[in-house]
Amino acid sequence: MQGALPHDHLHSDDDPDTGSELSEMDARVRALESLLTAKGYIDPAALDKLIETYETKVGPHNGARVVAKAWMEPDFRKWLLADATAAIASLGYTGRQGEHIVALANTPRVHNMVVCTLCSCYPWPVLGLPPVWYKSAPYRARAVIDPRGVLADFGVTLPADVEVRVWDSTAEIRYLVLPERPPGTERWSEDQLAAIVTRDSMIGTGLPAMPGERAQEPA
Amino acid sequence: MNGVHDMGGAMNFGPVVPERNEPPFHHEWERRAFAVTLAMGATGQWNLDQSRDARERTPPARYLASSYYRIWIAGLERLLLERRLVTRDELLDGQARTAPLPIANVLRADRVATVLARGASTQRERAAPALHRVGDVVRTRVVHPPTHTRLPRYCRGKRGTIVRVHGAHVFPDANARGQGEAPQWLYTVRFDAGELWGPDTTADAVFVDCWEPYLEASR
Repeated sequence: MQGALPHDHLHSDDDPDTGSELSEMDARVRALESLLTAKGYIDPAALDKLIETYETKVGPHNGARVVAKAWMEPDFRKWLLADATAAIASLGYTGRQGEHIVALANTPRVHNMVVCTLCSCYPWPVLGLPPVWYKSAPYRARAVIDPRGVLADFGVTLPADVEVRVWDSTAEIRYLVLPERPPGTERWSEDQLAAIVTRDSMIGTGLPAMPGERAQEPA
Repeated sequence: MNGVHDMGGAMNFGPVVPERNEPPFHHEWERRAFAVTLAMGATGQWNLDQSRDARERTPPARYLASSYYRIWIAGLERLLLERRLVTRDELLDGQARTAPLPIANVLRADRVATVLARGASTQRERAAPALHRVGDVVRTRVVHPPTHTRLPRYCRGKRGTIVRVHGAHVFPDANARGQGEAPQWLYTVRFDAGELWGPDTTADAVFVDCWEPYLEASR
């Protein structure tokens, strides 16, 4: 089964971060796509549609709606924590890489962080495609053993008495962190709340971004 | 397989480096690589576990030196070659030289939204009742399968507590080998971080999703 691929001996992978990877991979993927199209295995228009979906429709703004609603409505929060897949589907977010979702509530005593040490499992319908760092070796290696060190990389320090729980997505269960609602937001609208729910706060590597603080990643 | 993809607990990869305002893709070839992989996956010529397995069979040094979507492309080419859907020569220049194999399900553009929204649940019926219940203490088996598995090395032979029963799900170890879905009960297991890492951790608990064959009863 294990065999050299045709490209293995044609290209040097010694330094994949150089511009040479760009042109090499560009040519390689172009060749692959035109071959599969010529064979009739793929429809290039479907590829455009797939890309458009994850560039414009699906992203962390979906998850932010879920979190804001859970902050506003105690019944929805209860439903989300009991059956996140159904609660999230009620907002229209369903499908690939989100067939089975579990929501994890942060509290003053508990902080949750999600990782996939084996690959890149991530709740696409609510967060979109994972960022590069989530798929990278530093995060996959360290999150399960040194989550506070990882949080420090994100500029987050938690009190020593907070229990840090790490969830390794080894199966098809996808995890969404429900961050704590920041104090002082009691009279805010759902839209205002959604605007402070960062992607990282739903992975557990960040906290909601209050106005005046710079969001690490706008949702 | 004890591959370098199984990164949990590995060290010396450096800090996690988040990118501000990160786009879903960084190059045009990444867009096409993502979409072509999903479109070929939709043809049903292989299953999700086989596609993960194909990526994990990237040789270790190359895996670590490769960007994420390069690993995807390497995995896709491997699958296409193994199933004789393309030849090595064809991959090199993208010119079709052999007749295509019949493919039943070509993903068309007008089906993309439906297919993505539907997803593919991995939950299945299983006649045998679950062996474990919430609260049970279990131990993960000490195993080193040479083929695909979702039991990370860092949590083999470790004692934990069942915190959730997810029903029966497709068993990746069998599915990746083409042995059918062989559904097994799936549990979330809580491990005290000290059980996994001794004193050398900043985590309090790590949760891992484990299929029943990964577990044995413990006291």
